[in-house]
Amino acid sequence: MVYDDTLSITVNGQHRRVLKGITIADLALELGLEPTRVAVERNLEIVPRSTLGQTKIDDGDDFEIVTFVGGG
Amino acid sequence: MNVLSKIAGEDSWSVAGRTFSSRLIVGTGKYKSFEQNAAAVEASGAEIVTVAVRRVNIADPKQPMLTDFIDPKRYTYLPNTAGCFTAEDAIRTLRLAREAGGWNLVKLEVLGEAKTLYPDMIETLRATEVLAKEGFEPMVYCADDPIAAKKLEDAGAVAIMPLGAPIGSGLGLQNQVMIRIMVENARVPVLVDAGVGTASDAAVAMELGCDGVLMNTAIAEAKDPVLMARAMKAAVEAGRLAYRAGRMGKRRYADPSSPLAGLI
Repeated sequence: MVYDDTLSITVNGQHRRVLKGITIADLALELGLEPTRVAVERNLEIVPRSTLGQTKIDDGDDFEIVTFVGGG
Repeated sequence: MNVLSKIAGEDSWSVAGRTFSSRLIVGTGKYKSFEQNAAAVEASGAEIVTVAVRRVNIADPKQPMLTDFIDPKRYTYLPNTAGCFTAEDAIRTLRLAREAGGWNLVKLEVLGEAKTLYPDMIETLRATEVLAKEGFEPMVYCADDPIAAKKLEDAGAVAIMPLGAPIGSGLGLQNQVMIRIMVENARVPVLVDAGVGTASDAAVAMELGCDGVLMNTAIAEAKDPVLMARAMKAAVEAGRLAYRAGRMGKRRYADPSSPLAGLI
């Protein structure tokens, strides 16, 4: 149930509320991330980087946002 | 052709159509700082670095990132699946890696359990099949099992990467006989991945005929990682040259180097 102008989503396992109508690229910027340096999975599906700016967020979306870190 | 130019001559290797001159691949984990990590990579002469795929730090998004220090345009990033214990987790991780990096060359590792980090070959084979069908070029961490390696090749592995000893153990190559058999039978590059502890271990891997060596902890946990990185570069080159040169046969007893004729 949505009661106001916000959506309830999960980002990297943490609950979050965002404004209705924003895109995934908007979300990345809101989080302080450069969309060009991350990869995004929404509800277990990869979101191509080229479509981050057009893909609107839906209520209940579950995002994983990853990047490269040191590893062997 | 003079002697030195013959030695220095073309001795590159190729994986999935990409050609490299350095036969040393280094990891980017466990370093004290990004600066130290970058200096060690530079000293190693490596052209490929392995990296992990992890959640971004939402709490502190302005933290420095690996890519600020090790330029993905200069080095080939090889994303790994470290920490994945099922084919599904590994495939999911590499799909994200491909989106983050934009390339298909990846390092697949599917681990069996945490204590030994020994590969689960059934899950690894399953993941290799799926990844190859999706257009990935997986370099595959595997057991020192020539039959499993053959199956990986058939499934689309672009390189076979057996462990020489458990990941991070630094015990050196405990399975030289099996590694050599794998090298003799493979149609794709064979690289020792894991187990190297010091320079002589890397040289041994190359003397067995491996196409390359992948290491992380041996450099990162050395007292002076940058110096050790340079040592590993020298060891890989020395081992490769010795392999190309073809070592002398072994004898059970002495054979004098000075002539016996003309002794006073």
